[in-house]
Amino acid sequence: MMKGLIAIFLASILTENFILNKFLGICPFLGVSKKLDTATGMSIAVTVVMVISTAVTWPIYNYILKPWNLEYLQTIVFILIIAALVQFIEIVLKKYIPSLYNALGIYLPLITTNCAVLGVAVLVIQKGQADPSFGFLQSVVNAFGSGVGFLVAMVLFAGIRERIEHNDIPKSLQGLPITLVAASLTAVSFLGFQGLVDGLLG
Amino acid sequence: MAKTPWQEFSKGIIKENPVLRLVLGTCATLALSTSANNAIGMGLATTFVLVGSNTVISLLRNVIPDKVRIPCYITLIAGFVTIVQMLISAYSPALKDALGIFLPLIVVNCIILGRAEMFANKNKVLPSILDALGMGAGFTATLLVMGIIRELLGAGSIFGLPITAGFMDPIIIFLLPPGGFFVFGMLIALANKLATDKGAPAAELGCANCPLCGSCSQIAEKEKERAKK
Repeated sequence: MMKGLIAIFLASILTENFILNKFLGICPFLGVSKKLDTATGMSIAVTVVMVISTAVTWPIYNYILKPWNLEYLQTIVFILIIAALVQFIEIVLKKYIPSLYNALGIYLPLITTNCAVLGVAVLVIQKGQADPSFGFLQSVVNAFGSGVGFLVAMVLFAGIRERIEHNDIPKSLQGLPITLVAASLTAVSFLGFQGLVDGLLG
Repeated sequence: MAKTPWQEFSKGIIKENPVLRLVLGTCATLALSTSANNAIGMGLATTFVLVGSNTVISLLRNVIPDKVRIPCYITLIAGFVTIVQMLISAYSPALKDALGIFLPLIVVNCIILGRAEMFANKNKVLPSILDALGMGAGFTATLLVMGIIRELLGAGSIFGLPITAGFMDPIIIFLLPPGGFFVFGMLIALANKLATDKGAPAAELGCANCPLCGSCSQIAEKEKERAKK
């Protein structure tokens, strides 16, 4: 059990990295990764929302939509839940933990339409359909791991971008294109983790 | 700022190409340009949702209160995505498997919310439909170009027909995620080169193109006002 959870956690960080392997959450990856502290703040906010929204959407799908044969409403229900949750988290943070709100609050409205959050909610449902032993706990661990993977990729990439700033780049490649080429090389390095998790824990 | 219907349609294909010029919808572009078939499937599905949402949002632009417009738009878009999901699973289950998780994720494709926010809620129905068709065509065309490049280099075929068999081995990395980032970077560089030669600014990913920009900056302004009081 524990071993399985660790395998899911590691796989979702390294081999199934949301940004570099699944192309989810590319917008914040390219837009917010210019500075290390904003990259970290954004990723922590994404991780929190991912874990909470998976913990809420999973029971709703399996205990409300599924018994009533309403699976086709999945997309509408999930996006509304996520939008409401983000608002709720924002209000709670503002009221009770103002210091955290000041640090993360500006990223929260952006997260509703972040495909990584809806992505992880839909993905764990699909995994659960393919493999019945992939239950609630596994789903939440997967969401947390994906968030950490998001953080790892963002932080790594912010470091690379701070270096690119000082380099001499051909005019046409300046800005976005060179960032994408750097992302491509980072993705190559993550390909190296393929098979690592099975090798370690299999 | 009256535009002819043709201009309304054609601006989305080259001048304001949603992928290469406005840099919207990058996730779907990178993930589904692994083959020409997937590219067309995703492009058409997105175009359908875009036309539907732009039409309805434009019709309801005087009904939806400004404060809750983003949740309203998202709900409407999610409705259209559900329709597309049902149509595709009924008529083309193979395409459903190929698009996978990115089919429900059309909801959060920034092109759709972006056009709703930037165009459909300010314009009449007909221009909004033309805008949606143009943007959809631009999105599909870009995905198709990327799909053809990646499929040709990575699998040696186009639309599944073998092309380079016999004289060139496929370079598999073009089908993997790094190849997607690389080809996309090169296409943006090319588009930037062509645009800057004509005096237009280079494509930039930032707050300006983000559909939520409006709501974000409103929040910031409101907080400033509150701080003054």
